[in-house]
Amino acid sequence: MAKKRVVTTTINGQSTEFLCEPRQTLLEILRDTLRLTGAKEGCSNGNCGACTVLLDGRPVDSCLVLGVEVEGAKIDTVEGVAKADGLDSIQQAFLENAALQCGICTPGFIMSTKALLAENPDPTEHEARFYLAGNLCRCTGYDKIVRAVLQAAKAKKSGN
Amino acid sequence: MATDIRETTGSQPKYKVIGSRPIRHDGTDKVTGRAIYGADVQLNGMIHGVILRSPHAHARIKSIDTSKAEAVPGVRAVVTCKDLADPGDRRVELGEGSIILKHLSANVLARDKVLYRGHAVAAVAADSVHVADEAAKLIRVEYEVLPPVLTVQEAMKPGAPLLHEDVFTDEMGEKSKQPSNVAKHFRHEVGDIAKGFAEAAVVIEREFHTATVHQGYIEPHNATAIWNHDGHVTVWCSTQGSFTVRQQVAELCGIPISHVKVIPTEIGGGFGGKISVYLEPVAAILSRKCGKPVKVLMNRTDVLEGTGPTPGSFIRIKMGADASGKITAAEAYLAYEAGGFPGSPVGAGAMCVFACYDVPNGRVDGYDVVVNKPRTNAYRAPGATNAAFAVETVVDEICEALKINPLNFRIKNGAKKGTRRVDGPVFPRVGMIESVKAIKNSEHWKTPLKGKYRGRGVASGFWFNCGLKSACSATVNADGTVGLVEGSTDIGGSRTGIAMQLAETLGITAAEVTPTVGDTDSVGYTDVTGGSRVTFATGWAAHEAALDIQRQMVTRAAKIWEVPAKQVKYIDGCLIGPEGKRFTFKELAAQINETGEPIIGRGAADPQQPGGAFATHVVDVEVDPETGKVEILRYTASQDVGTAIHPSYVEGQIQGGAVQGIGWGLNEEYFYDAAGTMKNSSFLDYRIPTCLDVPMIETILVEVPNPGHPYGVRGVGEVPIIPPPAALANAIYKAVGVRMTRLPMSPPNVLHEILAKGSSGQSR
Repeated sequence: MAKKRVVTTTINGQSTEFLCEPRQTLLEILRDTLRLTGAKEGCSNGNCGACTVLLDGRPVDSCLVLGVEVEGAKIDTVEGVAKADGLDSIQQAFLENAALQCGICTPGFIMSTKALLAENPDPTEHEARFYLAGNLCRCTGYDKIVRAVLQAAKAKKSGN
Repeated sequence: MATDIRETTGSQPKYKVIGSRPIRHDGTDKVTGRAIYGADVQLNGMIHGVILRSPHAHARIKSIDTSKAEAVPGVRAVVTCKDLADPGDRRVELGEGSIILKHLSANVLARDKVLYRGHAVAAVAADSVHVADEAAKLIRVEYEVLPPVLTVQEAMKPGAPLLHEDVFTDEMGEKSKQPSNVAKHFRHEVGDIAKGFAEAAVVIEREFHTATVHQGYIEPHNATAIWNHDGHVTVWCSTQGSFTVRQQVAELCGIPISHVKVIPTEIGGGFGGKISVYLEPVAAILSRKCGKPVKVLMNRTDVLEGTGPTPGSFIRIKMGADASGKITAAEAYLAYEAGGFPGSPVGAGAMCVFACYDVPNGRVDGYDVVVNKPRTNAYRAPGATNAAFAVETVVDEICEALKINPLNFRIKNGAKKGTRRVDGPVFPRVGMIESVKAIKNSEHWKTPLKGKYRGRGVASGFWFNCGLKSACSATVNADGTVGLVEGSTDIGGSRTGIAMQLAETLGITAAEVTPTVGDTDSVGYTDVTGGSRVTFATGWAAHEAALDIQRQMVTRAAKIWEVPAKQVKYIDGCLIGPEGKRFTFKELAAQINETGEPIIGRGAADPQQPGGAFATHVVDVEVDPETGKVEILRYTASQDVGTAIHPSYVEGQIQGGAVQGIGWGLNEEYFYDAAGTMKNSSFLDYRIPTCLDVPMIETILVEVPNPGHPYGVRGVGEVPIIPPPAALANAIYKAVGVRMTRLPMSPPNVLHEILAKGSSGQSR
């Protein structure tokens, strides 16, 4: 077993250090070392998107990133989306549209939606579906998720 | 778009809370990542378990040597089937179906044979999951590899390799003399089938094959257990039934149920696949052996190879109708894969196969057949989708032969109050015909579909729904709210649907109820979250708890007012006494602690009339004749939903079920090589629908209240998965003129049919 290394990152705006074996994934570090269990493990090979976080603003499957790779990077997880004064408009839109059933895929969808709306503040239905196709949901049939995403885009545009 | 058709339309809405769309109580936890699912459980001193699984589909275990694994530094325990209790030959009832204990036990950890690739053989617990993983690879298992049997037709052949030497055919109640892969053959009959076919103007007989498919929940199975030094075990897991886990762990570990406490976490999908135990007893015996809490998780390949799935099947359907389009006779042969151990859902398939129709003369033969695949488990209306794919395709052919509109055929023959199912039960008031008429009146149906290679298909489906037992308790708080503890694990918003029924009965708002899913020591016995029963039966229990609170509040108000209790009435969230005396719920709640004992409502239900659910779907597709790829242009689902408690979550059940059915119809399958190895055991290759594969799913909620429930609730969750494969097959036929009799209707399979027809070259 290779020696652990110290990795320094910024997670949800806070400077964070952790000890990491070279074989540990970012997802494992987030969940087991830092106890940020909002990112979920659905497949461990980048197919389901439940572990999506933003790495320097880009959505990544954190199960496909090694912990040692994020030295100096900025990471955003679902735990950092809501501010102290309330939910983000994406989260609010997911609640109002009943866009979750079991909820296991929801953190990943929220992070991908955050990235989508940062890139494309006014997506069409097709653009939203294309961008979110890497996030699997088995409960909802996606209808209400897509509606929530489009509502969140509107809300963000009107400054909510 | 969602449309809501109420049978009882009046100027006043009937209910205040029911039918509204409050934000779910657990919503904020789930959009902020704070909700704790099974894999998120973290205990002091916890270590990690890993399961060693069989690389062979069929083999005898000659020996298992765990010594090298045990010697690895950091390894705390290694277990095999020898560490489970001797289960004996007993059959136990698990709340939704029964199982022979030795089969359940041998599925959790293999005994003398492995019966499918991925079958669990041994387990290791170690300080880290990586150490456990490496140690598990050092376990030496000596196998005598046997030939696998992978389809029902192969398994039923004389001379086929036998999975079990102690499984004999239950041939309509008689036990066969020779062991067999056919565990059971049963028959349902009504009328005179020969006479029925003789009266028919058209008779269609077809054979169908459906592939093995998985429930595909995004959250893998998980279990964390502590075996305490007093002999009591606590298990945290995401499950569809904490009480059934309690019973299974107790039985397999050989301890009383009272020594097992199951704490259900949030659950990341189940669809029937999280009822049987896999990891829970293993985590328990690992903990017993090492004295530490042990967490065991599956990865996606484990999930696909070792759990679920729902069976592949071989089905033959023969149906006849007279010239007016009235069904005269129907016959079904259903052979379903059970997987490695008996217990396929062919029984349920046989109950549903012709249930949408009034069949005067019918016969259904069902066969439960073991094959070298994972032991099948429930999947959303288990058994019914396979059967409907076959029947609804044959119905489409009959309509074509008789030149009858397929919706009119369903209206003419549809089941209604008094119709007898082939397997016996007679329907109460049901909404089959209403669901068809709703499609007929839909904008979708009325809008003509134009364009080359495009087609429109319809299909219907039936699911009987379950009642079973539920319990809850509800405590009135001094601030006028109610804390509700209920026993049904919440797989998709059900705690809110249950709380809404309590709120309706008490005349308070949904937000004034705080629902919690209790563990097995804190709430009364409650059967599984399955059979579309939770909003129906646990909702009824909540209604009973509310009535109990009403009675106690009437007594309390009478005591405060010093009047006889019979002079006090509970009306619309208020206590009304003589001479204008009046308390709101909130006002009286504020006085409870000063005026007597706490007020706690008790609710228990064992309802017997769940009221069947019917659905009719219409789909427009475009088929690419070069590749065989089917694109869905438009989809509308109508369903008799009884009373929609929370319409958004009813729509969500329909949309989610429809898309699962679409995946089953168009793409999903267990793809095996000849050795019985699943070749697509990842989400990349076992491809469930993404949001880019489907359009919006339009829903039409037809509300025909169930007479067997105080608020008219029917289960809604399962039936929407049933029609899609057949609706798609019928649409594909209209688009390119090929009848699909094999699932999935994936591009290669559709292209194969197009090319086979291609010598004549004509597409329609």
